[in-house]
Amino acid sequence: MKLNRVAVTGIGAICGLGNSLNEVWANALEGKSGITRLERHPNMENWAVTFGGEVKNFKLDPKLMDPKDQDRFDLFNQYALHAGEEAIQMSGILEAKYAPEKIGILLGTGLGGFPHIEMNHQAFLEKGPRRVSPFFIPSVIPNMAPGLMSIHYGFKGINFSIASACASSAHALGVAASEIMMGRQDAMITGGTEAVITGYTIAGFANMKALSKRNEEPHRASRPYDVDRDGFVMGEGAGIIVIENWDKAVARGAKILAEVVGFGASADAHHFTAPHPEGLGALTCMNQAIELSNIRKEDIGYVNAHGTSTPLGDVAETQAIKKVFGDHAYKLAVSSTKSMTGHLLGAAGGLESIFCIKALQTGILPPTINLDNQDPMCDLNYVANKAQKKDPQYALNNSFGFGGTNSSTIFKKV
Amino acid sequence: MELQDKVIKLVSEATKMDAANISMNTSFVDDLNLDSLDMVELMMKMEDEFGVEIPEDETENLKSIGDVVTYLKAKSH
Repeated sequence: MKLNRVAVTGIGAICGLGNSLNEVWANALEGKSGITRLERHPNMENWAVTFGGEVKNFKLDPKLMDPKDQDRFDLFNQYALHAGEEAIQMSGILEAKYAPEKIGILLGTGLGGFPHIEMNHQAFLEKGPRRVSPFFIPSVIPNMAPGLMSIHYGFKGINFSIASACASSAHALGVAASEIMMGRQDAMITGGTEAVITGYTIAGFANMKALSKRNEEPHRASRPYDVDRDGFVMGEGAGIIVIENWDKAVARGAKILAEVVGFGASADAHHFTAPHPEGLGALTCMNQAIELSNIRKEDIGYVNAHGTSTPLGDVAETQAIKKVFGDHAYKLAVSSTKSMTGHLLGAAGGLESIFCIKALQTGILPPTINLDNQDPMCDLNYVANKAQKKDPQYALNNSFGFGGTNSSTIFKKV
Repeated sequence: MELQDKVIKLVSEATKMDAANISMNTSFVDDLNLDSLDMVELMMKMEDEFGVEIPEDETENLKSIGDVVTYLKAKSH
């Protein structure tokens, strides 16, 4: 079966580093940290962790959502619409002649509307069932983000969400690309969104001992591959990507930003949260993506790593990269932009795919910041602290999730 | 503040409509374009604001601002 090629024609981003693609990318290249003390929660007494990569000064354009609905629909929906509009406008697909049924939306979200779950649960306990909002269920279900987007733009193709924890949006992108490759859809809006920095989720992750507790120095807390790393830092936001059937994108004269050439997905089958110590699931996954891409592994010049800044995870992924690439592992560059954005959980793969695409477009690799004393178990080029000029031809994004799920995506420079 | 003004203020805040455009005759469905979920939410806010319980079957008769004001006045006696 001949597969269609997949063009990336639009990207949009929002996270702790900024509320637009240009702002996010500029700050990433400067190695800025988007991690601060949390501003949205007035009372954080007894919280184990009081910082994260919060989006700042966010107000959704009323054209994208009626102001009266903005209190009702949880933030992950709003971040998706905000970054989605940026990506869709960039792509020009609204002016393309695609049938509405041939434009689909497939977004990744790890947890859905947690803030509103907490809020309604509190009302339920304090005031009783009659005070649970009629908008509670629609606000929190993970597929509401693609649902609202389809209503706004009239896209009538496939429409759902993928939830695979921190690999959600990477899996969404992979499956969306498959839809284009098979010809079922002409264009797809994909990537993902997440907004779950609340007391409840922080307590959950902190009690797993997954989070950094460097409360006194938030901007230095996310430090992948550094000997003093002590866990990940929660982030939030969205990374939305428009992909299209390559030939149709060319025919309509679209500006193509990159090509999606490969996708892999696998399971560790090892433990519900800990990575396989030798990264065997990640290895399978990267190999699958390379095989589908039909390239030599030496062609890959940049890896945007999962790199969450946890003691175990960074070592396991490094081991997997070394097993996949052999000697070439020491020639390619690997960076973890989570050092700057925090971990966007279900939105991480979307945002980090965008970093891969921008790296290919510009020939500049975003750094891993806070890498002061490199862990001897992590001995690759992690683009420490300063962006590097490299001009890679192919870039690979890794995203892994609890449950032992893995995803790798490969992008080609155009 | 008069009861009428309090109701108008609450509806204005909930619907983000200018209070100047809301009067006793304003209809929730025809003028403010509220659907059934909007109405459930609005009645919850009324209950909180005015400390009354509005049973579901009685909300069906509350079609305008004037209906709500009359209803609340009757409840307070």
